[in-house]
Amino acid sequence: MKLSFRQRSIFKISGDMKPTEFTYFVCIFRGCKLLVLLTLKTMNEKILEKLSILADAAKYDVSCASSGTSRTAVKGGIGTTTGWGICHSFTPDGRCISLFKILLTNHCIYDCAYCTNRRSNDVKRTAFTPRELAELTIAFYQRNYIEGLFLSSGVIRNPDYTMEQMLRVVKLLRDEYRFNGYIHMKAIPGASDELIAQAGRYVDRMSVNLEIPSEENLKLLAPEKSYSEVFAPMRFIQQGMLESAEERKKFRSAPRFVPAGQSTQLIIGATPDSDRQILTLASALYRRPSFKRVYYSGYIPVNRGDSRLPALATPPLVRENRLYQADWLMRFYAFNASEIVNETHPDLDLDVDPKMGWALRHPEFFPVDVNTAPYEMILRVPGIGVKSAKLIVVSRRYGRLSIPQLKKIGVVMKRAQYFIVNRELPMQTVNELTPQYVRRQVTQKQKNRAAALLQYPIEWGE
Amino acid sequence: MVLFLYDKTFEGLLSCIFFAYAQKRFPDMILSATDQQPLFADERYVVDTDKEKASRVWSSLEKKLSKIARKMMMSVWISGLPETEMLLFRYIRKNLDHPQGVELNFGDADVLRVKEIAQQISREAHRIVQFVRFQETADGIWFAPIAPRYNMLPVVVNQFLSRYATQPWILYDTTRNRGLYWDTHTVQDVSFSPADLAELRLGQLEGEKQSDDEQLFQQIWREYFRSITIRERLNPKLQQQHMPKKYWKYLTELQQ
Repeated sequence: MKLSFRQRSIFKISGDMKPTEFTYFVCIFRGCKLLVLLTLKTMNEKILEKLSILADAAKYDVSCASSGTSRTAVKGGIGTTTGWGICHSFTPDGRCISLFKILLTNHCIYDCAYCTNRRSNDVKRTAFTPRELAELTIAFYQRNYIEGLFLSSGVIRNPDYTMEQMLRVVKLLRDEYRFNGYIHMKAIPGASDELIAQAGRYVDRMSVNLEIPSEENLKLLAPEKSYSEVFAPMRFIQQGMLESAEERKKFRSAPRFVPAGQSTQLIIGATPDSDRQILTLASALYRRPSFKRVYYSGYIPVNRGDSRLPALATPPLVRENRLYQADWLMRFYAFNASEIVNETHPDLDLDVDPKMGWALRHPEFFPVDVNTAPYEMILRVPGIGVKSAKLIVVSRRYGRLSIPQLKKIGVVMKRAQYFIVNRELPMQTVNELTPQYVRRQVTQKQKNRAAALLQYPIEWGE
Repeated sequence: MVLFLYDKTFEGLLSCIFFAYAQKRFPDMILSATDQQPLFADERYVVDTDKEKASRVWSSLEKKLSKIARKMMMSVWISGLPETEMLLFRYIRKNLDHPQGVELNFGDADVLRVKEIAQQISREAHRIVQFVRFQETADGIWFAPIAPRYNMLPVVVNQFLSRYATQPWILYDTTRNRGLYWDTHTVQDVSFSPADLAELRLGQLEGEKQSDDEQLFQQIWREYFRSITIRERLNPKLQQQHMPKKYWKYLTELQQ
C-alpha cells in the first residue's frame, strides 16, 4: 500500500534530448503513471473489500477493552497503553471502538450453527496477509483511530496453521514496526501450547471464547467443539501468567506473559440456558486469577433457517444488559452468583435491575442507616453505587449527611429512598410499604426505558 | 461588601489568602483590575502578589492536603470559570481552618464542587485523547485540530508526547487559535493566520495539503466504521451519550 508515487523520480528527462525522444519518454512516463495509478486503485479496492468483509465478520465479538496493562513509551517505538483503556470512537449501535477488531481470514473449517463464518455459509471468503494487517494497524494507530489491534480469525487448514499466521502479524508489529500499543489476540482452541506460549510474550490480552454457556448445547450447535478443548488453552494461559509473575518477582526484566489477563464471551439467547447457568459459570471463571472479563453477547440470528436456533425478532438486549449488571455486582459489589439467581429465581428479572431484585427479595436487610452502616452494607442499597458509597464513608466522619447532601454526592433517591433511614425521610421503607408496592413504584419508569431501548428504528443506508 | 483586587495569577490568589489572614478581612469577591467591578463595595483592597507569601500559603497547604486534592485545585484554576477565585478561596480557607483539612468532606458544597470541576477537566482531557484525529500532511507532519471547552493543551500534551514520540505532530486548538508543534525533539507554540484558521476549522485539510495516502486511509477507516456496526442493535442515543455531538466535527469517521 505504501507504493505511492515515489517511482516518479525514475523518469527524469535530461535537457539535451531530441523532441521525438522527449515525446516518446513522456508517453512512457504517462503510461507508467497510469499503470501505477491503476494498480494502486485495484490494490486499494482490494484492501477496502477485504476490510469490509473481515471487519463485518469480526463484529459479533463484543470484547473490545484495551485495559488492564500499561506500557510506557519505548525509544524509537510508537505507542503506549494506559491502565484503564481508551475508546476512540462509538459506532451507531453505541458500542466502543477501542481496538482495530478484525479477522485475519473468514475461511473456516468448522461449522458452528451460531457463527456467520461457518463452513456451510455461502459468503465471500478472503484473507489479509500479515503485512497488510500490520500496515493497516500502524496507519490507524498513527491517526489516533485505535488503541491497538484485536486479532481474531476463522480456522484455516488447522488450528496450528491459523495460529502461526496470527503470530506472524503480532511479531511483525512488535519487532519490525516497534509497535507498543495494545494487542488482544484470540487463542485458537486446538493450537499447540508452544504457539500459545510464543504469542503470550507478544500480546497484552488473550482470549478463548466459550460462546455457549453449557456443554450439551455447545455439542448441539458446534459438534466439532468441546468444552475441554476451550478450557485447555485457558488453563495454559493462566499457568503462563502465574509463572511469569513468579519470575518477575525474582528478575524485574523477566518477560511478561499476557499481562492484561484473559477474557471470554458467552452468547445469550441462542440456547435455552438459564441466567443461573450463565452467572454460575461466569463466577467460576472469575475465581481464576487470570480472568479479567466475561462478555455477554445477545444472540443475533445471523444464520436464519437453522432449526437448532431460535428465531428471534430482536436481539435480547434487555437481558444482556441485566447480565452485565449482575456481572458488575459480582465483580465490584461483593455479590455471590447464588445471591443474584437461585433455584427459585433462575432468571434475572427484566423489569428491575438485579440489585433491586435482590433487595426486594431481602427486605429484612433494610433499612440501612448510611451514616453508621459499614461500607459493605451501604454498597447493597439500590441507588447507591461504588463511587457514592466510598464518598459517603469518607464524608460522614465530618458530620451526619443529609438527604440533599446524599443527592449531591450522587445517590439516586428514586431507588434509594425505600431502603435507607434518615431523620428527614418519613419512615416509609420497603418494610412498611411492602416489596410489592416498591416494585410497582420503581418498575414504571424502568419498563418505559426498556421499551424505548427496543424501539429504535432499524434503518440503515446501504 | 469586601472586595479584593489581584493580578489574576495563582500566586496572586495565594497572596490574597495570606493578606486575608494577616488583616483578618475576608473577601466576598475577588476580582482582577480588568473585571467589571460592583458599584458599591464597603471595603476595597488591592492585594499585591508576593511570591514568598504565596509559597508560604502553598507549603502549609502541602502539609494538609493530599497530592490529589492539590491537583484538583490546579484543575479548578485552569478551568477559568467565573467562580474560580471565590471557590478556591473558600476551599483553601476551610482546609486551613480545620485541624485535619476537609478534603474528604464531600458533604460540603465547596469540596464537592472542586471535585466536580476537576472531574470535568479530566473528562475533557480524556475525551481529547479519545477523539483526536491526526491527518498526515504533504510535508509529513501529523495534524490534529481540537476545540475543547477549557484550555486543555498543557493537560494532554504529555500523553501525546509519549505515544507519538517518533512522528512530528501539531495539536491545534481552533477555538483559542494556538497549538503545540512537536518536531520529534522539542515542543513549540505555534499559531496560524486567521485565513488558515478558517480552513482548519473545516475539520479536513485541503486535498493537496494531505499526504498521498491520507485520503485512502481516511476512506478505509470510514469503511471500517461502517462495517463494524451491528445493524440489529442500532442505538444512536447511546452513541451520542458516549461521543457528544460537539466532537463530531473533527471525527474522520463521521465526516462526509
